[in-house]
Amino acid sequence: MSEFTSLEESAGFDRHVLAYIHQAAETGLYEIRGLGAKRRVPSFDDLVFLTASISRYPLEGYREKCVTKTVLGTRFAKRPLELEIPITIAGMSFGALSANVKEALGTAATQCGTSTTTGDGGMTPEERKSSKTLVYQCLPSRYGFNPDDLRQADAIEMVIGQGAKPGGGGMLLGQKVSARVAAMRTLPEGIDQRSACRHPDWTGPDDLAIKLEELREITDWQVPIFVKLGATRVRDDVKLAVKSGADVIVLDGMQGGTAATQQVFIEHAGIPTLAALPLAVEALDDMNMLGEVQLIISGGIRTGADVAKALALGADAVSIGQGVLMALGCNRSDYQTTDGPRDAGADYEALGAAPGYCHHCHTGRCPVGITTQDPVLEQRLTPAEGARRLRNYLNVLAMELTTLARACGKSNVHHLEREDLVALTVEAAAMARVPLAGTSWIPGQHPQQGI
Amino acid sequence: MCGIVGLLVKRPALRDSLGAWLSPMLVCMGDRGPDSAGLAVFSLPVGDGKRRFSLYAGLETIDWSQLASRARADLSPDVEIESNANHAGLTTASDPTRVRGWLEDGFPSLHLLSVGRSIDLFKDTGHPRELVDRYAFARLSGTHAVAHTRMATESAVTPAHAHPFTAGEDFCLVHNGSLSNPNTIRRKLEKRGIRFQTDNDTEAACRFLEWRMSAGDSLEAALEKGLVELDGFFTLLMATADKLVLVRDAFACKPAVAAETDDYVAISSEFRSLAHLPGIKDAEIFEPGPERIYSWNVSPSLAG
Amino acid sequence: MERVAEPGRMTPRESTSPIAPTPALADSRAANVVEWDLARTGVRALNQWLHHDASREGARAIRVLNPDGQHHLAAGLNAPLQVEIAGHAGYFVAGMNQLADVVVQGNVGWSVAENMMSGTVRVKGCASESAGASGHGGLLVIEGDASSRCGISLKGLDIVVGGRVGHMSAFMAQAGTLVICGDAAAGLGDSLYEAVIYVRGTLHGLGTDARQEPLTAADVEKLSSLLARAGFDHAPESFKRIASAKTLYHWHIDSSHAY
Repeated sequence: MSEFTSLEESAGFDRHVLAYIHQAAETGLYEIRGLGAKRRVPSFDDLVFLTASISRYPLEGYREKCVTKTVLGTRFAKRPLELEIPITIAGMSFGALSANVKEALGTAATQCGTSTTTGDGGMTPEERKSSKTLVYQCLPSRYGFNPDDLRQADAIEMVIGQGAKPGGGGMLLGQKVSARVAAMRTLPEGIDQRSACRHPDWTGPDDLAIKLEELREITDWQVPIFVKLGATRVRDDVKLAVKSGADVIVLDGMQGGTAATQQVFIEHAGIPTLAALPLAVEALDDMNMLGEVQLIISGGIRTGADVAKALALGADAVSIGQGVLMALGCNRSDYQTTDGPRDAGADYEALGAAPGYCHHCHTGRCPVGITTQDPVLEQRLTPAEGARRLRNYLNVLAMELTTLARACGKSNVHHLEREDLVALTVEAAAMARVPLAGTSWIPGQHPQQGI
Repeated sequence: MCGIVGLLVKRPALRDSLGAWLSPMLVCMGDRGPDSAGLAVFSLPVGDGKRRFSLYAGLETIDWSQLASRARADLSPDVEIESNANHAGLTTASDPTRVRGWLEDGFPSLHLLSVGRSIDLFKDTGHPRELVDRYAFARLSGTHAVAHTRMATESAVTPAHAHPFTAGEDFCLVHNGSLSNPNTIRRKLEKRGIRFQTDNDTEAACRFLEWRMSAGDSLEAALEKGLVELDGFFTLLMATADKLVLVRDAFACKPAVAAETDDYVAISSEFRSLAHLPGIKDAEIFEPGPERIYSWNVSPSLAG
Repeated sequence: MERVAEPGRMTPRESTSPIAPTPALADSRAANVVEWDLARTGVRALNQWLHHDASREGARAIRVLNPDGQHHLAAGLNAPLQVEIAGHAGYFVAGMNQLADVVVQGNVGWSVAENMMSGTVRVKGCASESAGASGHGGLLVIEGDASSRCGISLKGLDIVVGGRVGHMSAFMAQAGTLVICGDAAAGLGDSLYEAVIYVRGTLHGLGTDARQEPLTAADVEKLSSLLARAGFDHAPESFKRIASAKTLYHWHIDSSHAY
């Protein structure tokens, strides 16, 4: 036998694909999992900033101001949202997350001067109490949706779709449909929740306009209405959402997360956040609505650099889901107890996962107590500890954002502009519509052509 | 992203009220589509082997009387032009293929919106109430009309994308909804030599019907096939020289309501645009069901 | 004038059973009915007053004139008001209704009483699509016909329809009751959870996972009560019970065609 033999993996039929085919054949079940797209796609990592030099002067950190204040919903509402930072917490349901987590999100968001968002299961008292600014989602399922909560909301988010599964409905497997969750969603306990993908009482942007008007009538036109889209036909969708009466567009790219959906949706539907954002900005610009209708981008926002790049490309704010959960402890190898940290390895292993590789939110057996309804597991993250971690994370994001903004000479993070960026790859240059570093080339654009 | 309206009057004495009754319907549905609108009106047919060609100049200024003199010189002395802002109806017994060719050669920027003996068709950008004013729709007379208001996505809102779409002669179609396989339909029809002017999904539906009717199907038979081949959500309202036809897809998620009295049949995306019609309080009001073809004929006494 | 027979008539036909008349709101001079004329003020002003001022001013009975198919009439009510809408109304009438009693002396457009929580809504004429969508509680009565997707996503509301319902009615209905005195078009009760449907007329096709089950004594009692409240005089035993077969409660590959 030759000493040079080696194991050769197929790129097309690699270990992931083999596992998929073997499991499909063995069980007849398709894979359902949580989080977002795991495969590599062009992203903000492929962009870098052109910070200060001789031709552009930086601002001093700490002494020279860099404003992060962000206002959302100025178009129609009497009471727009005024946030301290351009980073919001994305919609995640009670049911997907534990009650402790929802409370932690609210506490930290309030301390940092930003908002949280309910999810596909309705508003919990814990979240309303702990979150100073709460956005209330209206989804196709309408689980738990009611006028009392609607009247208590600071903004309403009409969900057309999300990046993880544009065109798909919600999903919660039976093991997470606990008594409390079931009661809120008007479902029998323990069954697999099927959700509609279309709203029950309207279809299409012309009828959406009438629906948004109804929500405004019920809340006396006080609060902003967001329209959330999964990123697919972004240009047309953003225009139609604006024409339907949106105050704010929330656009969620394919890297956006979920607590549970079919793998085929997560990896094979929707376009990368990097590609979606310039399309939305262009659509708003075409309609002369930049600044009048605000744009929130989400889908795999992780770092202060991501936030800065998103703002530079034209977003008014970002929204974070997965990153927030990871701040709370998702994929950490340990969890806190009153006796100090305890290793969670065995619990990850029991799921067939490991810290750093886990996407098993759909099981309800979250080893660190976040995406679970189990009363024992839930104790692995107290609201106070969750709030502490999230507050720290948001503060770091904000500091990184202002560091980069100041280095670009900006006294206000909203003054970041796309000319502050260049791309490291041809794909990223084409998608983000910024030049490839070292060149003036934007693939797909004529040099003289405005973007 | 649209509103559709249609109106058919049942007695000759009511022909002169057609435009007056239809105009508020169109303006009301401007809430569903504020960006552009189109209207097709059918009146008594022009005689003597003639046809009417509806022309639209868009943003250009055109000297219609100069066009008329050239047409009389190049085509036939029988050419008559009736102009109305940037719209004109050219009537002639000349062969329609010749007329088309002459227009394409001499006036390439003009849009030929419709051809027929009964049809006259208007399209323009702007809120429907602007069109009503500009073209004096309230004074239109005829047996029946369909109109459409559009919520546009393209930035340069062009009249080419506005409904009604036409096919052949004395046929037009308006659509509310979104087809999900328009590109497949378009490629199939282009292979069969059918030309498209836009990438609008509604045009795919219109050309599909044009294809089937030119192959000998009645409109109803063509629609039966359309219900099988066209995918997505659609309410289609069509008109020929002697009828109004309505069909909704199997899901029936795009609205439609009809109101009928002894005097008229009125169709709209929303009832509130019909509320002003005389006798509406006693009208029979119904909602067309999915996958059924509804048609209302112009009564013979009206056609005479 | 040729026309194919329509399934979704919105003009109430002569009823085949005596409908107990809703006591019309009495003459305004006698019973302190506040009249609101939409020909003179807009819907926004009406709703604002209904939400914030009506109760405070002691108004209990309100009559809305010249509705003319407008949308959102009496949406978002949250007090025990009695509102009569004197004519045809548009979409989302009495949307998210709580505590109030609303009567429409005519037809309504889409999504009447959507997400209703309590109180009653009565439509004397016919209702367009998605009537009672996602309703949680209270009673919705449609004396004429309802169009497609009546009771879609139902979450506890009781709906009683004097006439027919259109296709895909009670789609994904989770809880509550849909009583249909007339016929039911195809796709009835598709993807049903725990809501129960009673149909007196002809069934034109059940949806996925819906099945007919025998009437129980409890059904008869519930039907009697609902029919009496709705004002329809039909024998409960003349209804068929439709409920979920519950084969989709736990996902299995063999049912995948059903999703």
